[in-house]
Amino acid sequence: MSVPAHDQSGFGRSGLSRMGAVCAALVLLAALMVADLMTGPAGLPLSDVLQGLRDGPSGENRRLATILWHLRMPQTLMAALVGYALGIAGLMMQTILNNPLASPYTLGFSAAAGFGAATVILFGTALPVAMWVGVPLAAFAATLTAAALVYLVARYRGASPEMLVLAGIAVLFLFQSLQSLLQFMAAPEVLQQIVFWLFGSLLKATWTSVQVLAGILALTLPLIAREVWNLTSLRLGDGNAASLGLNVDALRRRVLVLVALLTAGAVSFTGTIGFVGLIAPHVGRALVGEDHRFGLPMAGIMGAVVLVAASVTGKLISPGAVIPVGIITAIAGIPMLLGVILMKGTK
Amino acid sequence: MSLALNNFTVHAGRQCLLQIDSLTLPSTGLFGVIGPNGAGKSTLLRALAGLVPHGGSKRLDGGWPEASRIGFLPQNFAVSASMSVAECVLLGRRERLGWRISAHDRSEVARVLALLDLSALATARMDRLSGGQQQRVLLAQRLLRDPRLLILDEPTSALDLHHQLQVLSHLRTLAQDILVIAALHDLTLAGRFADHLVLIANGRLGAASTPDRVLLPSCLDPVYAIRSELLPDRDNSPVVVAHQAG
Repeated sequence: MSVPAHDQSGFGRSGLSRMGAVCAALVLLAALMVADLMTGPAGLPLSDVLQGLRDGPSGENRRLATILWHLRMPQTLMAALVGYALGIAGLMMQTILNNPLASPYTLGFSAAAGFGAATVILFGTALPVAMWVGVPLAAFAATLTAAALVYLVARYRGASPEMLVLAGIAVLFLFQSLQSLLQFMAAPEVLQQIVFWLFGSLLKATWTSVQVLAGILALTLPLIAREVWNLTSLRLGDGNAASLGLNVDALRRRVLVLVALLTAGAVSFTGTIGFVGLIAPHVGRALVGEDHRFGLPMAGIMGAVVLVAASVTGKLISPGAVIPVGIITAIAGIPMLLGVILMKGTK
Repeated sequence: MSLALNNFTVHAGRQCLLQIDSLTLPSTGLFGVIGPNGAGKSTLLRALAGLVPHGGSKRLDGGWPEASRIGFLPQNFAVSASMSVAECVLLGRRERLGWRISAHDRSEVARVLALLDLSALATARMDRLSGGQQQRVLLAQRLLRDPRLLILDEPTSALDLHHQLQVLSHLRTLAQDILVIAALHDLTLAGRFADHLVLIANGRLGAASTPDRVLLPSCLDPVYAIRSELLPDRDNSPVVVAHQAG
């Protein structure tokens, strides 16, 4: 019996079948996004959603256009973009830390974002900018500050996975402690706002936040594309990768900056959404293998799939008071995390 | 045309790990680096590969090959990634790969896999191979770089006897056109396959010459702290038998 050429060559699933897997994942994502547009306090049938999409934001049916384009579309797009950013960032973090349990938040970036947001929520009235601008801006700046601290340690003490994790743990505890201090100082109604932000919710999404995150992705994706073979080589271990002429420390520092930008863009507008950046890379790797040419887009798409699915689930469980997606991904993520740990243990 | 090291030093802080005042060898051939544990063999190889900074100069044919023409196989090579053997070997051309894997790249991978008797393992997962199989795959990966200089830190350490002979025979063939420098622990194999031996002791150059001039009790015994006996095999290569000193 003849064996297909790509099987004999040993290049795993051929590029074509991997592209097929990526396309199938995109179709699934598109279907979930339509489902997300259909669900909400005012349920929309599929025909209305398709009609509304055809008519555009200035369609004649003003009620439909308002619900679809002004309320739901930014949240749906934000879910997809945040999931995509966290999925890609998660895979890059797992690769540079050589740790399957790493995520975009491993180095304390989410704690920093929480601290930045809490600072503005607490002292925001004294600032010259509106809260909706100040909170994401502060969360973004705090995340980049945390990344800069880790980067500085990596610059002067070497960017080994151990050193990065140690620096990340220090940053995590620093910002968690500061965040706790702010929560301790806050009045009950302000504390409620801080806690709601930390839950991670798509209700904060606007067209502005969609545009900003899309801009960050447009900026970072070409830079990430340049690193695909370097990241795949790093999967061979530091010694082998360095032996292939790869400057491992410099690669880790470059990727750290890219992860920080993606994570900052994602959490600043939505709050902390856990487990997406941990689970999506594993699903992506299982579907397309270790080759980061396919692994990175697939991890991103699976991140988007998980987050949009969480959004649909949240609205189906409680249409009136939408459960924040951060809570749903955390609850759903625990069995997934246990699955990853058990699979790793039985390998 | 030669390999020349002059005032070649490697330091870790203030400690001098390696000091070679002068060493000149032909620019092609298989050179075995021998010496006891901790003598500085790996340090020398890593410095030649450009992985640790060094003082002094190193020259090969008057210059030094660019990084993409140097193939270095480290001592600790274990791979835990689940990629296939062919995908792993392909990474040997990391600097030259684009988004599409060309037919030329695929045929080159098939060629080096066949060279090392690995074609049957092309589809196998790296993390499911034995240490010896991984070592041969990674050697194939380095060969894909079309190296001018191949530096191997104990390339036969995980191999069975059959594959030790196969790999060393292949390295000897390669060494007709390029320079292969390999740290070797088995002195008998080193004497049989290497064109020249470089003996390192306590971070210094103990001897550098053809095997028949290095594999002598007067060179080996003080460095290894043994009492050695050299017996000729049927090809007249020396078999090194070591006895405890004293």
